[in-house]
Amino acid sequence: MSLYRVAGKGRVTTAKPVSFSFDGRTYKGLEGDTVASALLANGVHLMGRSFKYHRPRGPVAAGSEEPNALIGTRRGPGRFEPNTRATVQEIWDGLQVTSQNKYPSLKFDIGAVNDAAYMLFSAGFYYKTFMWPKSFWHKVYEPFIRAAAGLGVSPTEEDPDTYASRNMHCDLLIVGAGPTGLAAARAAAMDGLKVVVVDENPEAGGSLLSEPQVQINGQSAWDWLSGELDALQELGVKVMTRTTAIGYYHQNMIGLCEKVTDHLAVLPEDTPRERMWRVRAKQVVLAQGALEKPLVFNGNDRPGVMLAGSAQTYLNRYGVLVGKQPVILTSHDSAWHAAFDLHDAGAKVQAIVDTRDSVNEALQKEARDRGIPVKLSHTATGTSGRLRVKSLRVNPVSGATVGAGYNIACDAVLMSGGWTPSLHLFSHTKGSLAWDDDRTTFLPKETPEDCVIAGASRGLWGVAAALMDGAEKGRAVVAALGKKANVQDYSVEVDRAGSGVSHKELPTDQNPGKAKAFIDFQNDVTAKDVRLAVREGMRSIEHVKRYTTTGMATDQGKMSNINGLNIAADALGKKQPEVGLTTFRPPYTPTTFGAFAGYHRGDHFEVVRKTQIDSWAEENGAVFEPVGQWRRAWYFPKSGEDMDAAVRRECAATRASVGIFDASTLGKIEVVGPDAVEFMNRMYTNPWTKLAPGRCRYGLLLGDDGYIRDDGVIGRLSQDRFHVTTTTGGAARVLNMMEDYLQTEWPELNVWLTSTSEQWSTIALNGPNAAKLLQPLVDGVELTEEAFPHMSCIECTVAGLPARLFRVSFTGEIGFEVNVPAPYGRQLWEALWDAGQQYDITAYGTETMHVLRAEKGYIIVGQDTDGTVTPYDAGMGWAVGKKKPDFVGMRGLARPDLVAEGRKHLVGLLTEDHSKLEEGAQIVFDKNQPIPMTMVGHVTSSYDVGTTGRPIALALVEGGHDKVGDTVYIPMPDRTIAAKITDTVFYDPENNRLKIGSGV
Amino acid sequence: MLLIHCPYCDETLPEAEFTYAGQAHVIRHPEPSSQTDQEWEEFLFIRENVKGDHFERWRHFHGCGRYFNAVRNTVSDKFLTTYKAGAPRPQLSDLKEGGE
Ligand SMILES: [Zn+2]
Repeated sequence: MSLYRVAGKGRVTTAKPVSFSFDGRTYKGLEGDTVASALLANGVHLMGRSFKYHRPRGPVAAGSEEPNALIGTRRGPGRFEPNTRATVQEIWDGLQVTSQNKYPSLKFDIGAVNDAAYMLFSAGFYYKTFMWPKSFWHKVYEPFIRAAAGLGVSPTEEDPDTYASRNMHCDLLIVGAGPTGLAAARAAAMDGLKVVVVDENPEAGGSLLSEPQVQINGQSAWDWLSGELDALQELGVKVMTRTTAIGYYHQNMIGLCEKVTDHLAVLPEDTPRERMWRVRAKQVVLAQGALEKPLVFNGNDRPGVMLAGSAQTYLNRYGVLVGKQPVILTSHDSAWHAAFDLHDAGAKVQAIVDTRDSVNEALQKEARDRGIPVKLSHTATGTSGRLRVKSLRVNPVSGATVGAGYNIACDAVLMSGGWTPSLHLFSHTKGSLAWDDDRTTFLPKETPEDCVIAGASRGLWGVAAALMDGAEKGRAVVAALGKKANVQDYSVEVDRAGSGVSHKELPTDQNPGKAKAFIDFQNDVTAKDVRLAVREGMRSIEHVKRYTTTGMATDQGKMSNINGLNIAADALGKKQPEVGLTTFRPPYTPTTFGAFAGYHRGDHFEVVRKTQIDSWAEENGAVFEPVGQWRRAWYFPKSGEDMDAAVRRECAATRASVGIFDASTLGKIEVVGPDAVEFMNRMYTNPWTKLAPGRCRYGLLLGDDGYIRDDGVIGRLSQDRFHVTTTTGGAARVLNMMEDYLQTEWPELNVWLTSTSEQWSTIALNGPNAAKLLQPLVDGVELTEEAFPHMSCIECTVAGLPARLFRVSFTGEIGFEVNVPAPYGRQLWEALWDAGQQYDITAYGTETMHVLRAEKGYIIVGQDTDGTVTPYDAGMGWAVGKKKPDFVGMRGLARPDLVAEGRKHLVGLLTEDHSKLEEGAQIVFDKNQPIPMTMVGHVTSSYDVGTTGRPIALALVEGGHDKVGDTVYIPMPDRTIAAKITDTVFYDPENNRLKIGSGV
Repeated sequence: MLLIHCPYCDETLPEAEFTYAGQAHVIRHPEPSSQTDQEWEEFLFIRENVKGDHFERWRHFHGCGRYFNAVRNTVSDKFLTTYKAGAPRPQLSDLKEGGE
């Protein structure tokens, strides 16, 4: 038996010892222990170092609200988790636990020098101390803070565990399986109602687990509990343990995180580590209970100083005495019972120090009967002990006078400042709160959700009140569900409902400016910090919070917020509700990224869209690039080629003979119906009425603000049918915009829109030999200048496949785009590839496509335009129908700003030294002007040598169309580059190469 | 996650099926050329920023694909009603009497 284990106490299994390690040393605990209870059983209180000051810290609580005892847990490679609360992590054979935020060791920590330099770290220290000089921030301050302040380190290996996501619908969800929640469940447990109770602990019971002395309906609490759980199961109630309700979302959706395997020594096969449940409940009962408040006094963070109620939990639930000579420091009755329980378990209670001047006589008698010294009207002004508390300094208080202090030797200080209702989930519902002066706390008022809050979480103390209120609220929600509730009476004895008073920081006879009286243990915020924040002008609690960081740690101020508020209110001379309470936000406790991600990881995180020809590209050595969600072949390097070399070869081969390109990712929309042409006239800038079936046209799509949104070649297949192509990334956006106008502005038009992007595989053939290659494979049309001129389209047969054939060019060469039903994509590609061998056909990727189009000055929407470019800015006024009554963007183009002088125009740039510009580089007119220079535009596209013999670029430049021939400058970190403004077409400006049989 | 009633499908479905589509009842004038610069500016850019009941558009994107209108309270996030595109703008007072 470990040193501090009490035989016959607790719910741990004495027959099942468990061995685990802490900082490399092996410890023995029992099945049912947490890391904290097992270490305390071994007399270990020191479990971590604090965030800012590296002060030695031990557990202050016994549950998920614990701010201090944060540990790392490890289970082999990849399974490391930092910042786990030792009070929650169950032990198992072989568990490896490490302390955090210490160097070189927990007992001797160099960072504790921060503690001596605490003046540096007072409220607002981030804002004040490290403000000046600016350059110090990166080099000195930030590395210092990062090294000195922090919690655990992130794991570096990939997480090998799986995480599940589930949905659940139920009639009634009850959060908290303490007496309140169980009584509510009992009222609702019946056929025809799906009732679910969740609790974050490994077993149901809540406060009953720590109060075995209570008698319910003539049974001991634990016997009653076990019978009640059996009965509920019998009645079909689902009780989920190790399951935290992390957030309350709209319309009664509650997020649950269920920990499935963290407590198991051997991981079961095919079992997720955690499950995230999305519950939609018709009614919800919140029964989260209450959290005990620490007292705020100098040295209240020393290991061994903890909450009295938690000490009671360690004793009654885990059979562990947190100290053999504890002293009680309290302003509430409940801690007296902790004293009695510890005394009865063999501890020598040194004293009960109560801040109140009068206390219930029955309690005082119980103390006298046990021989425990009682000191009323006392304050505490200090503790001693380096790594563990050795004494508590107390002083009598008379009125406003603090008398002389004296020390009480002890090995633990058990404090209680009363209890705070747990309002976290209630607040997530946007529930309103009301200040209660008697209890010095906020209580729940109204919520917009179908939810009630019951028991200690609305300020009712004691097991009897919890059971009664739970039953009553249970009956109310059952009635709301249209059923008749079960009626259950509860008679409770040996209940310990008590009362108390609330304090700001305790009075002291010493300089309060030197007191280390902690409010927020996890973020190292003291009472002095809060008062300083108020002195420096913070008025709202939200400002005090951010300035001091109180309540901003991973525990979200579960224990500290109300103390922080009381002290801030006192400093401001206002009532607490006038100062306000900070917002509670989900998740209730820290939750793993894995639980949120669920199945959405690796390949499931984001879909990779692949064309039908992707496999051919992969087999032929393509390098890929992501374009939106698509994976596209970027270039096809031959052995020894880098990207520039491959692209130069692909460009040259296409211009010399023929290149083949997978254009399947182009967005495609089928516009069909009697009013299709009218719809096209209204959507696109171009006129469509006179476009004959069998012809295509380049279409430009604007927003109603007049700016370019998208573009693409559009073929008219018949009188009432258009094959619209969009940019690869714009397909969904364009269809959305078309639907919006069609449905809501022009519902009278008889038109159907269908996304066909994935219905077609599209292969582009470009080059002087493209027609020669294709002709033998085509049935239904002669590929001559007369029968099928540039910008034609036809439904025909290609390589035996039904096809839509377009004669279009995005390269300036003779070009075709063959569309076949998507699954035939690779078959067609291979047929063209085989047929092309006699012409040395070359596969090219997106980079060559970009170079060839840039040489012709064809824009890429979203690269050469940025949402502020008009057709005129882009030099494409020719695409705007001048005689149409209206189109989307027409009125926008007449806006004053869009017709003003000095707009940025799209132009070409050729560098004087033949260097390649960087895309995004800024442009200036005068290289000798003082810094900051006046920037007049930027490079939008830039490519290395393609087929024009020198690098080319496109750029947006102020008034660029009127400056062709001028020199502009591009200042770079190492030099300034001069470039000449040119037309955007760098290659074959007469378009001679587009003609079949032109002999070029 | 909100539950939203699609007036076309007549089903109440999770928010994930829907996309938000901006303020409702912003009408594109049938003859934009007749609009002054200020009128066009208002149509393009000027939107309400309501704390309270807001008329707005949603699209049942992963469902029937239809745009529809809704009245949602921007404070409570509660939907007062949803109705088909083109239907008249409901009176707020009517919604509150019959509503929750
Ligand atoms: Zn719908």
